[in-house]
Amino acid sequence: MTVVIRYFANLRELRGTPEESREISPGSTAASLYRDLGLPAALPVAFAVNQERVAGTTVLCDGDEVVFLPPLGGG
Amino acid sequence: MLRFQADAVEVAAVEAAVTSPTHGAILVFSGVARDHNLGKGVTGLHYEAYEPMAVAELARIAAEVAERWPDTRLAIVHRVGAVAIGEPSVVIAVGSPHRVAAYEASRYAIDELKARVPVWKRETYADGTAWIANRS
Repeated sequence: MTVVIRYFANLRELRGTPEESREISPGSTAASLYRDLGLPAALPVAFAVNQERVAGTTVLCDGDEVVFLPPLGGG
Repeated sequence: MLRFQADAVEVAAVEAAVTSPTHGAILVFSGVARDHNLGKGVTGLHYEAYEPMAVAELARIAAEVAERWPDTRLAIVHRVGAVAIGEPSVVIAVGSPHRVAAYEASRYAIDELKARVPVWKRETYADGTAWIANRS
């Protein structure tokens, strides 16, 4: 199964792309995907799947849009 | 009016969006790009939004404001892309029958926006850039 990952802010710069598709194994969670991608463990990210905030333990489904939310800076 | 835009915000247009003959108060808050932060000189800002989720979150904040302060109207316009020093990065207008609700709703809207809406800010300095998180 495949998910689409969109990157913003420092994660976009680190990853060098705003978006990528990725094959994941069944049972993968938002947090396990973040780890598997080798993204910085020290960054306190939150998780969004299909534009809704979710816990890192959320199991991903085929076709999900996943976003890792670095600390926010709006306003 | 709840949106993100790359162009400069026309404050009068945001104010006009909440104007009503039933209102005795209109309060406009502008968050403005400042030339310093945390002891460093800032020469410019850049904002980035996860726009579909950010607009949905603005709509949730607006629904909460409507429930907590009935009869108010709320408009929020936030910049994306480059924002020059002295320009508003966000403009929030509240129209209300009375001033107290306008002040309370405006404060609620900016505080919730900073805490919940997926937007990020990069500051540019004389010697580099950094992504800056809001303090909670």
